[in-house]
Amino acid sequence: MIDLWFLVIAFLWTGYFVLEGFDFGVGMLAPFVGGDDDEQRQSLQTIGPVWDGNEVWLITAVGAMFAAFPAWYSGLLSSFYLPVVLVLAGLIVRGVGLEWRGKVANPAWCDLGIVVGSALPAFLWGAIFADLLLDGALPALLGGAFTLVLSLLHGAVFLALRTEGRVRRRARVAALATGAVALPLAVVALSTLASVSGAATVPALAAMAALAAAAALIWRRREGWAFTATAAGIALTSAAVFLRLKQAPLPGLTLAEAASAPYTLTMLTWIGLITLPFVLAYQAWTYWVFRKRVALPR
Amino acid sequence: MDALDLARWQFGVTTVYHFLFVPLTIGLGVFVAGSQTAWHRTGKEHYLRLTKFFGKLFLINFAMGVVTGIVQEFQFGMNWSEYSTFVGDVFGAPLAMEALLAFFMESTFLGLWIFGWERLPKRVHLACIWAAAIGSNLSAYFILAANAWMKHPVGYEVVDGRARMTDLWAVLTNSTALAQVPHVIGAAFIVAGGFVLAVSCWWLLRTRDGMWRGAARAALVMTAVAGLVVAGSGDLSGKLAYEQQPMKLASAEGLERDTAGAGFTLVPGIEIPKVLSFLSAGDFDATVQGTEDVQRRLEEKFGPGDYRPDQSVVFWSYRVMLAFGLSTVGLSVLGLWLTRRRRPMPRLLARLFVLALPLPLLAVIAGWLFSEIGRQPWTVAGELLTAASVSPGVSLTEVALSLTLFTLLYGGLAVAEAVLLVRHVRRGPEEPAPAEVPAERLEPSLMY
Repeated sequence: MIDLWFLVIAFLWTGYFVLEGFDFGVGMLAPFVGGDDDEQRQSLQTIGPVWDGNEVWLITAVGAMFAAFPAWYSGLLSSFYLPVVLVLAGLIVRGVGLEWRGKVANPAWCDLGIVVGSALPAFLWGAIFADLLLDGALPALLGGAFTLVLSLLHGAVFLALRTEGRVRRRARVAALATGAVALPLAVVALSTLASVSGAATVPALAAMAALAAAAALIWRRREGWAFTATAAGIALTSAAVFLRLKQAPLPGLTLAEAASAPYTLTMLTWIGLITLPFVLAYQAWTYWVFRKRVALPR
Repeated sequence: MDALDLARWQFGVTTVYHFLFVPLTIGLGVFVAGSQTAWHRTGKEHYLRLTKFFGKLFLINFAMGVVTGIVQEFQFGMNWSEYSTFVGDVFGAPLAMEALLAFFMESTFLGLWIFGWERLPKRVHLACIWAAAIGSNLSAYFILAANAWMKHPVGYEVVDGRARMTDLWAVLTNSTALAQVPHVIGAAFIVAGGFVLAVSCWWLLRTRDGMWRGAARAALVMTAVAGLVVAGSGDLSGKLAYEQQPMKLASAEGLERDTAGAGFTLVPGIEIPKVLSFLSAGDFDATVQGTEDVQRRLEEKFGPGDYRPDQSVVFWSYRVMLAFGLSTVGLSVLGLWLTRRRRPMPRLLARLFVLALPLPLLAVIAGWLFSEIGRQPWTVAGELLTAASVSPGVSLTEVALSLTLFTLLYGGLAVAEAVLLVRHVRRGPEEPAPAEVPAERLEPSLMY
């Protein structure tokens, strides 16, 4: 039961990183791939209907940690206090910026909020988990830089897949540029992770391969496959991280010590089994409804 | 001043701030869904205009509720790690259920609603706003079940210094929660009703458009009905407090000694004989416990310590809640009477309703201060003291930094939100479109 709930939480975090990864990327890139306000709006509209639902993956991951591994939840959030405060501040200004942008007289403040509010969590989640695994300022910096660039790449590929016209062309260039930075960073970051954990080696190598494939696919304009590859790259990176965390979710803490009692875990399992399929189904349906490429607003 | 005090301030500031937006989300969502349903049923243009107008105000407000809500979920772990470790087994379950059952539904279907105007069939699109509104209301239930457990813990045992859940059903059907849920959701509908009423009356004073009278009437009905629910559940909460939270009840009344046939203090010096006993126990001669006697009993049970919450805050916040809440409901009943059978809204009354906009919000804030400060010095009544709940590893400097950051950020956003709401209220609803096609095409840019 404890292993199952660790798996559920790893799945929720992974879903969050994959889904919000492109939200963050699009948020950071929108002012740059959009030459004017219309194009910027076109870019942001690719994530408009979905970003809030994607963010709930984080809320659910953290809520599930609270319920299933209280000591892990409270230990993680209190020991990374200030970085988590900045993540929250970022999510606040990003969310407000996205919702208010079309309703204010001058969207410049909203744009600033969206860019900063996307960049902060994109960097900080990598830094927090890298510091947790490898303990040190340098790994934290490296991990943060890696997830920041990875989000940019993921977002650029998503934009190229979901838009048409000039934004699509600029997004492809942005994807190629960020891919060129992401690949060497991935090699350094993921091999550092693999060097401390044997279990993480296989997914780490697979993540590198997926990211290399993504770069090649975007070069050949296969945007759908390229997006699949960046999503796989992020998912495999997350898998490598959680395989390592399974041995010790926090320094000096085991999963069994952190876990709730079997009764609670059983109840949570039933609730998850009943609700999660519906959640996955209606979220997938949202993406289906908004599957058409976003055109310039007329 | 130490880290504990600042952590309490931070929790208070961020929670009260969060709850400025939540009631509007809960109540206004249902109002918007209702007017869209009316449009769907009757096909009358003005219902659509109302839906879009209040829909936009709803969205401006919704964003703030969501982003400040994330802070709440994280804050238990960040600032109250000892509390979280102690209660996570029980308290975490409704929080996880809230995310899985309510937040996903709310946010996903709201996204579909905002962007789905021209892409979804009308019925499906209508169902989306209802799903989002139901999601908001469900989330209130789960978080209130968690909150009620802190005041009246049930369905658990303490093993090795941690609470262990033994009965999830007991946690979800805690009597305290069942009284609190209609009270808080009803209050949210009063806030939303007061908001719709103020906006509609503002327009009633400026135009002859009959649509605003209809909106004002609907808001009056909403506020009056919700008022009944709030009064009934409030009475029930009082009776439960008599059994479960005697210290809070005594503090609310400033009653120092156990008293048979206790009177209800309106303001210090003015007392209605025996009414407190009757309200608490349904018996004019029942004994109501007093703060000093409860203090003595708690010391016998838990050892030396001060088990009294801040007396003046609890006493006055309770009165502010009652006064502002009841006056809002009273005004709305008066409004219903004066506008009965197609009578026009008197202009003086319309002005009054615009000015009364803050009353229900102040009542709600006072209600929360009463409820949560009245729970002190415990986080979990009889099990865990607030002083023992705080994160030991988080320093005074860290909390000071985060409190400063949140306060500045929240203050700036509050001003921005107010400006934005006022601007959109003044701009008013869009005029009916001359033809179907161009209006539909405009939609995404208008909503986003």
